[in-house]
Amino acid sequence: MSNAVSALNGKTATGPVTVQELGLTGMVTLRGDFEDEGFAAAVTQLTGLQIPDVRQFQTDGVKTVLWMSPDELLVVLPYTEVNAFVTAMNDALAGSHYLVANVSDARAIFSVSGEFATEVLGKNAPVDFEASQFVAGMVRRSRVGQVAAAYWKLDDGSFRVVCFRSVAEYVFGLIATSATAGPVGVY
Amino acid sequence: MLLLQCPYCGVNAEETELAAGGEAHLKRATVGDSDEAFEGYLFMRENKKGVHLERWRHAYGCGKWFLAARDTATLEVFGTYPAQTTEPPADVTENIRAKYPDWSWKETA
Amino acid sequence: MSTRLANSGRLIDRSKPVEFKFNGKRFKGYEGDTLASALFANDQMMVGRSFKYHRPRGVVASGAEEPNALFNMGEGGRFEPNQRATTQELFDGLTIRSQNHWPSLEFDIGAVNQLFARWLPAGFYYKMFIHPRPFWKHVYEPFIRQSAGLGQVPQEKDADTYEHFYYFCDVLVVGGGIAGLAAALKEGQAGKKVLLLEQTADFGGRAVVDGVEIDGKSAEAWVQDTLAALNAMPNVTVRNRNMASGVYDHGYVLGYERLTDHLSDKSGPRHRLWRIRAGHIITATGAIERPLSFAGNDIPGVLLAAAVRDYVVNWGVSVGDRTVVVTNNDDAYRTAIILKNAGLAVPAIIDARASGAGPIAAEVEKLGIRVLKGKAIAKVKGKTRVTGVKVCLQAGEGSVIEEIACDCVAMSGGWSPVVHLWSHCGGKLNWDEDLAMFRPDPSRAPTGADGKAFVSTVGSASGYLSTADVLKDAGLEVTTNEVAAAPLEPVWLMPQGAGPKLRMKAWLDYQNDVKVSDVQLAAREGYESVEHTKRYTTLGMATDQGKLSNINGLAILSKSLDASIPNVGTTTFRPPYTPISMGAITGAARDELFQPIHKTPMFDWHDANGADWEPVGHWRRTYAYVRNGETVHDAVNREILNVRENVGTLDASTLGKIIVKGPDAGKFLDMLYTNMMSTLGVGKCRYGLMCNENGFLSDDGVVVRLAEDTWLCHTTTGGADRIHGWMEDWLQCEWWDWKVYTANVTEQFAQIAVAGPKARQLLEKLGGNMDLSKEGFPFMTYVEGKLGEFDARIFRISFSGELSYEVSVPASQGAALWAALQEAGKDLGVMPYGTEAMHILRAEKGFIMIGDETDGTIIPQDLNLQWAISKKKEDYLGKRAQERSFMASPDRWKLVGLETLDGSVIPDGSYVPAPGYNPNGQRNVQGRVTSTYYSPTLKRGIAMGLVKHGPDRMGEVIEFNREDGTMVKAKIVDPVFYDKDGEKQNV
Repeated sequence: MSNAVSALNGKTATGPVTVQELGLTGMVTLRGDFEDEGFAAAVTQLTGLQIPDVRQFQTDGVKTVLWMSPDELLVVLPYTEVNAFVTAMNDALAGSHYLVANVSDARAIFSVSGEFATEVLGKNAPVDFEASQFVAGMVRRSRVGQVAAAYWKLDDGSFRVVCFRSVAEYVFGLIATSATAGPVGVY
Repeated sequence: MLLLQCPYCGVNAEETELAAGGEAHLKRATVGDSDEAFEGYLFMRENKKGVHLERWRHAYGCGKWFLAARDTATLEVFGTYPAQTTEPPADVTENIRAKYPDWSWKETA
Repeated sequence: MSTRLANSGRLIDRSKPVEFKFNGKRFKGYEGDTLASALFANDQMMVGRSFKYHRPRGVVASGAEEPNALFNMGEGGRFEPNQRATTQELFDGLTIRSQNHWPSLEFDIGAVNQLFARWLPAGFYYKMFIHPRPFWKHVYEPFIRQSAGLGQVPQEKDADTYEHFYYFCDVLVVGGGIAGLAAALKEGQAGKKVLLLEQTADFGGRAVVDGVEIDGKSAEAWVQDTLAALNAMPNVTVRNRNMASGVYDHGYVLGYERLTDHLSDKSGPRHRLWRIRAGHIITATGAIERPLSFAGNDIPGVLLAAAVRDYVVNWGVSVGDRTVVVTNNDDAYRTAIILKNAGLAVPAIIDARASGAGPIAAEVEKLGIRVLKGKAIAKVKGKTRVTGVKVCLQAGEGSVIEEIACDCVAMSGGWSPVVHLWSHCGGKLNWDEDLAMFRPDPSRAPTGADGKAFVSTVGSASGYLSTADVLKDAGLEVTTNEVAAAPLEPVWLMPQGAGPKLRMKAWLDYQNDVKVSDVQLAAREGYESVEHTKRYTTLGMATDQGKLSNINGLAILSKSLDASIPNVGTTTFRPPYTPISMGAITGAARDELFQPIHKTPMFDWHDANGADWEPVGHWRRTYAYVRNGETVHDAVNREILNVRENVGTLDASTLGKIIVKGPDAGKFLDMLYTNMMSTLGVGKCRYGLMCNENGFLSDDGVVVRLAEDTWLCHTTTGGADRIHGWMEDWLQCEWWDWKVYTANVTEQFAQIAVAGPKARQLLEKLGGNMDLSKEGFPFMTYVEGKLGEFDARIFRISFSGELSYEVSVPASQGAALWAALQEAGKDLGVMPYGTEAMHILRAEKGFIMIGDETDGTIIPQDLNLQWAISKKKEDYLGKRAQERSFMASPDRWKLVGLETLDGSVIPDGSYVPAPGYNPNGQRNVQGRVTSTYYSPTLKRGIAMGLVKHGPDRMGEVIEFNREDGTMVKAKIVDPVFYDKDGEKQNV
């Protein structure tokens, strides 16, 4: 897979708030019954992480499991591990009702970090990013400008933003433009 | 701009994150049903000034469909509830009756 | 003379002079000035011409309510019309031009309209220009359009940037006067998350100008202390230059923040539109003073009384040396006192009330100011500025008692609470007879999602006018130095018995040139509804929306109708409170961020290789790859012939791809598609049709069975989200007990159609571990493995009629695979082909296209697709609908092929007329064309169309209409024009 290129190939806009496309990143959609013991066991066994609570995520710094809907998780992991992970998940869940799909290439993933990152994100999404409301460990699916996006906040205060690959340039442009425009001065 | 709480993920979503889906609790008519029954299913819709039960999808969120009881005139929201119900739940009905004591849903009226 | 005073001016910084240009002339002002105060300081009394009569106009107010002082501001990419001088802060280098005059402000040709004013009453244009009818379009409208409009339209692209910002709070307080500050403090102390918005740069509102003492402290000090307390609270955010422009459902508010309008340095966003969601909204928006209606009340130098003292106290400018105050209430007496204390002359206070003022009268007496009780202004003297007033009895008809020389008239007709934000979402008003004002009725507040009030008012916005009452309304008990006021006396016309001549010069709406006589005329002509009167007379329209004129106009209307004011009611208050910029509404959505363009992984290659782009949904697809010296049409023909002769590649990544998996997935797909999908063998592909519950075709595509419980459904380009949503709708809302999961994996894969007789050769050149032979890889199956170094899934399906493969690889490998195919196929003559070639290739084969052959009213049976409808299934979405008599009728138009006799191309959208006319007098029709192209393969025009009884009329020649009225003859033929037996795709 030496030919593989992510949507924006690591494009970065550096400044007080830095926006960076994170390059090839493994992402797997997992659908199933969270209450089902077998499903939960398979997730924990293969990720080392628990199924997160509603709108939360679990991470060990390498793998991250995000709550996307009542029956859907997004697993983020190194790109090179995806195929093995999908195979292992299929093996672990064989015979039960579930769906696992590699969506690594269907998405673009960004890091947004810096002093007023919350305000930059608040310019394009109807989401309360104020620090006491949007705490580390939280996930929020919403939109960025006119397209769908998911946001989550890491312990260091930086955010991850995921969107569809085809609109990566639009999303990068919108967030980078909002960063360049400067802080609002309320958070 | 409306604000509705998605009963699945708890998000207070604004209208731009939602997609409206028309009247709730429709019963599908199909092969074997009369023309009248099929017409009712396909075309006849409530268009009330007042309490309305309607479908919404948390389209820019968890993707789930949910139902809402809303006053189309005052925009008061009496409750939102999962789509996997065949009639408005008791707590929602209670909220509606607190405002409109005589209200009853057309299917149970 | 208006001039800068030696002292005073709490907002200006005399150590920081600034220069600005007015109509090309250099003027000086100070930092802290508004444009209006700076114009007064330069004795520029006349600031524009009125809309209809081109009357000279001066500044009349000191804030957002100003109707007259509107300017063309800035130059080039920063030019903007209708900018309000009273809210525009001065900065070095500001350039403005006055509006609505030609050739100059001082000498204006349009002013001749004044001479004809008698013949230009309300409704003049409606009555005058209606006959003869054809004249409207060709004579009247072009003429009127040329003379209409105040400002000019910007000619250049906006040089500034804008943005949005979403904000959430428990309580939003609108207004930074003492009421708003007190309310914010109270909510902040209660631990609420509070946002306070003030539309101007400065806080404190009227109290600081009027020099009120609050609990022994000056209002100025009280405001500074309260602000400091608010700023110290982490849960309170205070923003100035940020106007709440509208209140919307469920606590949504737009805040219009002006970031650089007051600065020479224009870097950074100019405006920021705050999209606020508040739990509760407190409007502390104050009140606006009303003008009085007397003859000549529009002459420059006639101002609102409070504005006159604002200019003295805030900016150290006097409007005139000699100011006559005319009033029906005590508040205007403050103006007289402040002017006198500033060393200016106040020859008289003309008080319409026979009993005069309360205790404040003693104060003005002490200052030696003459008070004329029960008097009125009969007429203001002067043309381009005030030179004096003629005094009469308020109770009479205007016989002049005396004349007083003056150069400024300060008028006050009482105060109207600013109820706009209260009213936007339906807050109701009560008419207060004593104060002659509409006040918010707290028992009929706008209600939110919980059914409870979500807007409340405080202070003057509630109708309280004394400082103590205002603060009490905000929850603060204070003592002040204010004396009690005597009651106001409503005065809607001055003098009350003014005859027609005076009424024709008594202005209600300065901006739109509406006078007392116009509203009376409207009432006489039957415009009884206030909304109709507004439209007929233009009262309260345009940029100021009647902030000064509405109540006065309403009172005149109610008097003319002999109805009470509350019975006549107000016009509807709609956002925005004052106009906001288009840029702020747009935010960052401009240029490449205007709309999200969806790009496939191969976008850059296409762009670099002559792509002529076609928008398909939000996707950009290549219509054709145009080479040097080619027209687009040439390119399309070349691409088609190359697919037929060699091999072509098409970027098909945009096709929707949805995985459907689970024990009930087969059952589910059987319901979704008209075909039977549950019986499809693993590894096989099947073309499927989807209908909606109306029976109409909604989508089509190839369905692939990947595993026992897993299917991959292809949808049309742009159909992926819709169909995925459609699937989830049925799974979540109807068959929620069925065990099926779906996933939209459209963008996970780059998909390339490789089509043409040399397609297999090309793929084999890449190598890999898959058997691509005819036997090993039959038509309508798929294989998975390595294609060269790529992870590929290849479907043997054909939309062109040629030997064809659709190669699907992870999107990240798409660009590389595309390049590898071009490289490997060089000696095979490979060429990329675009969507137009694809369309024609499929039309030559008679394949239908969703959106061409279908338009939302077409059922599969219309397109002779019965073969794709399972007879075995009891039910599928759309089946019951297709049983309806109209759908089953043999008279429905059906798909046929069409060959023009002369080989030409039938125009798009052509119909086949039939004899006779329908009940609407239109020609009857019996068919229409759905796809029509020049086929380079057959070297002639080919088409498909829907024709009544079409399949039964093979060989018949029918006529299609052209736009020029001529007809084109075409023979009805089989829709498959090329390779009828399908031999080419199965080699």
